[in-house]
Amino acid sequence: MTDKPTCAVEVSQVTKVFNVGKPNQVKALDDINLTVSNGAFVSLIGPSGCGKSTLLRLIAALTHPTEGTVCVNDKSADQARLDRDYGMAFQTSALFKWRTITDNIELPLQLMGWSRSKRKERVVEMLDLVKLSEFGDHYPNELSGGMRQRVAIARALSFRPSLLLMDEPFGALDEMTREHMQTELLEIWNRTGKTVVFVTHSIPEAVFLSQRVIVMSPRPGRIASDISVDIGERVFETRESPEFFAKVTEVREALRFDHGADE
Amino acid sequence: MARLLRAVGPALILGIGGLVLWEVSFAILQPEGFVLPAPSEILAAFFENIDEIWAATKNTGYIVVTGLIGGVALGVFWALLVSRFRVANETLTPLSIALNAIPIIALAPIFNAWFGLLSPVSNQSIVVILVFFPVFINTTKGLTEVQPDEIELMRSYAASSWDVSRMVRIPNALPYFFTSLKIASSLAVIGAIVAEYFGGRQDALGPLIVQNAGLTRYADAWAAVLAGSLLGIVLYLLSGIFERASMPWEHAAETAGS
Repeated sequence: MTDKPTCAVEVSQVTKVFNVGKPNQVKALDDINLTVSNGAFVSLIGPSGCGKSTLLRLIAALTHPTEGTVCVNDKSADQARLDRDYGMAFQTSALFKWRTITDNIELPLQLMGWSRSKRKERVVEMLDLVKLSEFGDHYPNELSGGMRQRVAIARALSFRPSLLLMDEPFGALDEMTREHMQTELLEIWNRTGKTVVFVTHSIPEAVFLSQRVIVMSPRPGRIASDISVDIGERVFETRESPEFFAKVTEVREALRFDHGADE
Repeated sequence: MARLLRAVGPALILGIGGLVLWEVSFAILQPEGFVLPAPSEILAAFFENIDEIWAATKNTGYIVVTGLIGGVALGVFWALLVSRFRVANETLTPLSIALNAIPIIALAPIFNAWFGLLSPVSNQSIVVILVFFPVFINTTKGLTEVQPDEIELMRSYAASSWDVSRMVRIPNALPYFFTSLKIASSLAVIGAIVAEYFGGRQDALGPLIVQNAGLTRYADAWAAVLAGSLLGIVLYLLSGIFERASMPWEHAAETAGS
């Protein structure tokens, strides 16, 4: 990757329909246009059923659009997946319980054919990045939820992808751990300069982390608003600042499209 | 040592207590020998005929272990096929279920006609078929019931389906496989002994039980049953040792939890 692509992610006129032609046919995404520039931190937020996870999986080429195109790093999403251009982190952490922490972080490197010595070197670096240096020989079951998510992030970054796709990675964590993880993720983002697309349910989380918050509306999933968050450097006090509250309110207002009976 | 004692202590106390109760009540009630001999009589018969019992256990053990290995190998192979190829799943799974619906032990006399009355193949075949089904069903479940996120993660790395099998499906199936191995090891002993009632070598546990019961030497018959139980227990424990050795992460979680 010598030439930096202009757009990390470019989604144009994407529609996604599940179960095409069947009685349970459902339109998950409708006419989505989204561009994420290189090095940006963008959050996708919306109620259940708004298709934010589907959109993330389209970017990851784990599913394909019914109409429209998805480009990652100026190539097709499929090609980007084959080129291992992105790392992914899930809410469940998806660590393999039969592998130690070290072996979990090594897994993508092993698949990509790195030599043993290079793998070991890289794992040490990654464990250091997520502050888990003493836990390399432990198994995932021995770690707390927050620690497991840190391992999942380390694994996603281990092979130096330019893009990080995260699907509610902190969704299962308690509030304190969650805030702590957010700060750490921003630290990692600042140090590594990755592009991040982050799916979340939490308004404060989206505002605290992102430069841009994409608000999505449900049934079918559409982009309702695109809010830029320019509240300066994130520090502990950020969460108590009036600017932060103003942005949280703005996102909350943008999420008020649904006055229906369900939610 | 203290931990081991704490782990097996309650079972040991219950077992010994049960044996004592059995012995004492028999000393008081003195039932007829054909009902059930006292534990001391069975033990005495066991040690009196230890040479004969040992030889018979070795012969039955040979059938059990070879049949177990064959059945496990077949079950695992079948499971790998079924989890890998849709066509295999659609054809082999119903076939296996149909096969399992046959009262397999009832095939023993027929197998004797096929393979020869004294041939070990007949009894081994019974054990193989008995063992096959639980191993196949459980291992298939373990190979297919993988967390969707874990599969998506592998796809995100553009991993080949062989990599997914090797790195995700097979390790995921290990606990299911070992559960089935424990069931299968007991089934194998039952299958071998019952098959021996109908044919095969005459110096094995099955014939020993039949002959002694026929001659009203009930303590001797029970001593042979005891040998069969010990064989089953040894195989069960061996399965447990293999299980622990192949899944160190389970053990790690236990120690971390305490």
